[in-house]
Amino acid sequence: MSDFDPKIIAFCCQYCAYNAADTAGSMRLQYSPDVEIVLIPCSGRFDVILALKAFESGADGVYVAGCLEGGCHFLDGNIRAKKRVAYLQKELKAIGLEPERLAMVNVSASQGPQFAQNVDDFTAVVKGLGPSPFKKKLAA
Amino acid sequence: MANTTTKTGAVMVIGGGIAGIQSALDLAEMGFYVYMVEKGPAIGGRMAQLDKTFPTNDCSICMISPKLNDVGGHINIEILTLTDVLSVKGQEGDFSVTLRKNPRYIDMSKCIACGECANKCPKKVKNSFNENVDTRKAIYVEYAQAVPLKFSINAEECIYLTKGKCGNCQKVCPAGAVNYEDKAQEVTLKVGSVVVASGFDVFDPTVAETYRYSQWPNVITSMEYERILSASGPFQGHIVRPSDHKEPKKIAWLQCVGSRDINRCDKRYCSAVCCMYAIKEAVISKEHDQEMEAAVFYMDIRTYGKDFEKYYNRAQDAGVRFIRSRVHTLTPEPDGNVTLEYIEENGERKAETFELVILSVGLTPRLNLKKLAENVDIDLNEDGFIQTLPLTPINSTRPGVFACGAVNEPKDIPSTVMEASAAAEAAGRVIAEAKGTLTKTRTYPPERDVKDEVPRIGVFICHCGINIASVIKVEEVVEYCKDLPFVEHCTNTLFACSADSLGKIKDAIQEHKLNRLVVASCTPRTHEPMFREALAQAGLNKYLFEMANIRDQDSWVHQKEPVKATQKAKDLVRGAVAKAALLEQTYQTKMGLTKEALVVGAGAAGMNTALSIAQLGYPVHLLEQTDTLGGNGLKIFSREKDVRGYVRNLIQEVEAHPLIKIYKNTVPKSSHGFVGNFDTVCKGPEGEFTIAHGVTVLCAGGHAHKPASYLYGENPNVLLSLDMDELLASDDQVIKKPGQTFAFIQCVESRDTDRPYCSKICCTHSIESALTILDRNPEATIYILCRDVRTYGFREKLYQEARSRGVRFIKYCLDCGKPELAAGPNGKLHITIKDHILNRPVLIEADYVTLATGIDPTPMREEIVEVFKGQLSAEGFLFEAHMKLRPVDLATDGQFLAGLAHYPKPLEETIVQSKAAAARVATILSKEFIMVGGVIAVVDPEKCAVCCTCVRACPVQVPKIVRNEKDPALRGHAYMEPAMCHGCGVCVSECPGKAIKFQFFTDEQLLAKVEAMIVEKKAKPA
Repeated sequence: MSDFDPKIIAFCCQYCAYNAADTAGSMRLQYSPDVEIVLIPCSGRFDVILALKAFESGADGVYVAGCLEGGCHFLDGNIRAKKRVAYLQKELKAIGLEPERLAMVNVSASQGPQFAQNVDDFTAVVKGLGPSPFKKKLAA
Repeated sequence: MANTTTKTGAVMVIGGGIAGIQSALDLAEMGFYVYMVEKGPAIGGRMAQLDKTFPTNDCSICMISPKLNDVGGHINIEILTLTDVLSVKGQEGDFSVTLRKNPRYIDMSKCIACGECANKCPKKVKNSFNENVDTRKAIYVEYAQAVPLKFSINAEECIYLTKGKCGNCQKVCPAGAVNYEDKAQEVTLKVGSVVVASGFDVFDPTVAETYRYSQWPNVITSMEYERILSASGPFQGHIVRPSDHKEPKKIAWLQCVGSRDINRCDKRYCSAVCCMYAIKEAVISKEHDQEMEAAVFYMDIRTYGKDFEKYYNRAQDAGVRFIRSRVHTLTPEPDGNVTLEYIEENGERKAETFELVILSVGLTPRLNLKKLAENVDIDLNEDGFIQTLPLTPINSTRPGVFACGAVNEPKDIPSTVMEASAAAEAAGRVIAEAKGTLTKTRTYPPERDVKDEVPRIGVFICHCGINIASVIKVEEVVEYCKDLPFVEHCTNTLFACSADSLGKIKDAIQEHKLNRLVVASCTPRTHEPMFREALAQAGLNKYLFEMANIRDQDSWVHQKEPVKATQKAKDLVRGAVAKAALLEQTYQTKMGLTKEALVVGAGAAGMNTALSIAQLGYPVHLLEQTDTLGGNGLKIFSREKDVRGYVRNLIQEVEAHPLIKIYKNTVPKSSHGFVGNFDTVCKGPEGEFTIAHGVTVLCAGGHAHKPASYLYGENPNVLLSLDMDELLASDDQVIKKPGQTFAFIQCVESRDTDRPYCSKICCTHSIESALTILDRNPEATIYILCRDVRTYGFREKLYQEARSRGVRFIKYCLDCGKPELAAGPNGKLHITIKDHILNRPVLIEADYVTLATGIDPTPMREEIVEVFKGQLSAEGFLFEAHMKLRPVDLATDGQFLAGLAHYPKPLEETIVQSKAAAARVATILSKEFIMVGGVIAVVDPEKCAVCCTCVRACPVQVPKIVRNEKDPALRGHAYMEPAMCHGCGVCVSECPGKAIKFQFFTDEQLLAKVEAMIVEKKAKPA
C-alpha cells in the first residue's frame, strides 16, 4: 500500500449517511481524516458531474453514501444513485481512472460504526490505488 | 367571532429546566401563551450543568442550547427569572397566580453582558453552577449560554448591598444597568392551567458519614465531577482532582449514595439515572486518558433504557471494572488518595486505593418543593416528590395543575422530555377552547434585497468550548479564511450558539454589510434553523447561510490527528465559503393542511394518543390490524391498579368519541405526502381506501418474546409473565394451594448477544406477581432468579417489600452459568442454579416456573417502516429523531411514535408517551398553514425539452407538463408545484437538459463547493 494522504469526497444524504456521520461523531469513533463530506439532500441528488468535477480537481476517490436499500426517504433515490455510480464506474476507465476510485455505500442514521468502517475501508482501497493520475497532471 | 370562553388561553410553567422548556415550547406551538417562571437568574436547569449525556455521549449544552434560544426568542413565551410562586387561586381554566419577582439589581433592558462588572467586583463567592468547586464573583452570569444572558447580583454576598460600601460594578458598567435600589415586586397573572417542572436537588452526602465527603477533598459528588469534565467547568475540562490538581490515574464510582438506602438516609427509592451517568463518566474519563483505571462499585446495574445495555457492554469492553459490592470503609492516605474496603461477592475482603472517589449521588426533592407545593396547593408523596395519580403520572392532586420531570420521580432526560410534552397535552387540553386567544405573531424586519450585491461573506468559527478547539487550531483556521474569496469578516467564537454570539452575528451583518454567512461549528441538522433565524432577524434571507461541520465530522472523529483535523477544517470552510458565494435568496410559501391525524395501532398507546388528539379537538383515524382494540393491556394483571378495567374504559371512551373513526382489521399499504398533507392507502375488510391526514402516529406495539428454551411450550407449568398474569387474574385456586413453590427466571433470552437490550418492565412485573401470590398465599415459597434487579425509581419499594416478605432472590450471571431447568418427578420442575453466596449449585423444586422473557418489537415492523419510510434500530424498534430530546418524533416531519414500538416500557410510561405524541401532533395541527418550499426543484421553461424524464423519475409524481403561459403557441414544459415537491433532487440529476434547478443545492453551488474543498485556496479577487 502506498503511503500518501489521499483526498476523498463523500456525498452523503441528509437523512441517513450524513446523520450516520454525526452519530459516529457523537460516539467519538475515530476514522481517517482523508474523507471529507459534502451534504446532499438525497443520494438521488448525486450527479455524475459532481464526481467528475471532484476527479478533475484532483480527488483520489469519491463515494456516495445513501440510506439502506428500501429505506430511502424518497423511495428509490439511493437506487438511482447506485445506477449512476455503476454507469460512471464504466466510463472512468475511458478517461484513465480506475473504477474502484468511485463507490456507493449504504448506511442508516443509527449506524455510526458502519459509517466509520466505510470511511476506513474506502480509504484503504484508494491508498492501495495510489494517487490519482489526474493529480500528477495537475501538479505538472 | 367574539371570544365566549371563560377559560384563559395561557399556561404557567414553573421551572426552566429541560422539563419546563419542552412543556413551554409545545404549549406555545399548540397555541397558548406561556409564562415560564424560574427561581434562578437563567433557565437551563440541570442539563446545562451536565458535560455529556448517555447513551449517545452528545454534548449536553450543545443539545439544550438551541432549545434555550428557542424559548428565549419565542414570541409566545415570557420568561420570568428570579421569581417565586406565592399562591395559585381559582380553578382549572381560570387561575390567578401571584408571583414575587425578586430583585436582580440589574436593568435587563440595559445590560449588554460585557462582564466589566464581574471583572471589577472584589467579592469572590462559591460558584454554585460549578457545584462550588471554584469561585465566581458576587455579580455574575451562571454560564456562557445562559438565557437570558444578563448579569445579576447575589444580594447576600454583595459588599454594597450588605455593607453599603464598594459600588464598583455601578461605576464601571458602561450601560448604566446596575441599580442597587431594585426591589422585589408582586404580580398576579391569569392562566388556565399550571405545569410544575421545578426539578430536583442532588443528594448531599454530608449526612452519610461513611463517605467522609465533607472532610476529604478527593471524595466528590458525581455532579461536581460533571463540572470537572465540562469544558466550561472549573478546570476547563481537564480531569484533575480537587486536592492537588493532579490527574487521577485511578477513579472509583460508588453507586447508590442517597438512593436505595434506609439505613443512613431516608431514601428508599432508586434514583433511576445514576448507573448510566456513572458508566458515562467512567467511559468519558477513559476517553480522556486511556491508561486511567475506572471502577464502579454497585448493587445492581440498572441499564434499562433504550441502548443503555449496549452502552454498559461497551464500557466493559473499554475496560471499566464493575464490582458488585457496597464499600463499607473509606480511609484517607497521606498523599490525598483514598483506600476503599469492601467484600467481594464470594466473601473475600479487599482493600484498594484510588486517587479520586466519586459518589454517585441520588436525586432528591428540591429543598423548596414543600413550600412550593403548599403555595400551589398540591400534595407531595411520602418520599417528598409531587403526588401524581396512578397511570397518569403527570396529573397532580389538584385539577388543572400538572407536573413533569424529576419533580415527580427521579428519571432521565428522555423520560422527562416525554412527560413534559405529556404535561403540555394535559395543560392544553383543559383550556383547548381558549386556544389562540392570547398568542401573538412574529414580525421580521423587511428583508434586504441582496440579489445585485457582490457577495460579502461573514465567517464564524466556533470553539464549542474545547469540543473543537482542543483538536483544531481555531485561530489558525480564522487567519486562513480571512482572505478566502468574498470573505469580508472572519472571527472565532467560544460558543456560536450562545445568545451573545447570535447577537454578535446579527451585529456583524449590519456592521460589515454582510450578505452571506458561514458558521463552522457542529451539524446543520441541529443548528441550522437557529442560525437561519438569526439571519431573518437581521433582515437577510435565511437561505443565505451555509454551515461547515467541523465538530461532529472533524474534531470529534480525528481527536488524535490535530494537524490533519485542522487542515480538514480549512477544506470544509473553504467549501462552505465557495458555496455561500453562490447562494441565492429563496422563499417558502404558505400551504394549507389536513387537520386530521392517522394513528396506527389501537393498543394502549394508540388509543391514548387518539383520545388525546380528539380531546384537543382534531379528528383521528385509528387503524387496528385485528378485530379488537386493547392490545397487550387486556392481558396485564397488576397488583397495584386495575389495568384491564382501565383498558376496557379506554376502549369505551375511544369508541364513543365523535372525532375518532376506528378501522378494524385494517392495515396501511402505502403512504405518500409530507407534513400537513399525507395520503395513506389502507386495506380493510371492504377493500382499499385512502385516508388524507396531516400527521401520523405509529403505535404498532410489541409483544412478549416466546422463548425456545426452558421447556416453554413443553411443560404446562412453565409460563410466560402474561400467562402468570392470567393465572392471577382468574384467581385460580392453584395460587392458594398450600406448600407450593413458585420460581421466576429473569432475563430469559434477554440481555444476551441475540437481544442485547433490557426490556425494562420484567423485574417489576415478576416482583409484583410474587407479591400478589404472597398476598393470597402467605405460605408460598418464591424464588426470583435474576441478574440485576432493575426496579428503578419508586419501583424499588416493591423490591424492598418482596425481600422483607421472604421472596428469595438468587443472582446469576452469564459468565457463571444460567439456571438450568428440567422436569422432575411428581410433576415438579427442577431448577439448578449456582448460588453466588454459597458458591455452589443449589436445586430448587418448583411447582410453577415463570419466564420473564422481555418484549420483542412487532412482527409488522418491516412493513411499517417500508410504508412510512421510517428507520429501525438494530433491535427492530422504531428509531426516533433524537434519543434525548425528541423521543416521540420520527425523523420525518409530521410523524410520531408512542408505546412499545419505540422501546419496551411499563403502561404508565406508554400513556405518558402517547399524550406526549398528542401534544407534538397538536403543535402541527393547531396551525392554519405550514410553510413549504424553499429547498425544492424549479424548472426553467426555456431549457425544458418536454422529454418527461422528470415525470418518470419523481418518487412522488409531482412534475406535470403544462402550457407555456407566456406564449401558448410555444411548446409546454414540465412544472413542479412548490408545495408538493419534497426536495430530493432526483429529477435535477436525471434531467438530460439540465433544465431543473435545485434551490440551495444547485449544480453551480455543489460544483464550486467540491472544487474548493479539493483545490487549495485561490487568491482573493482584487
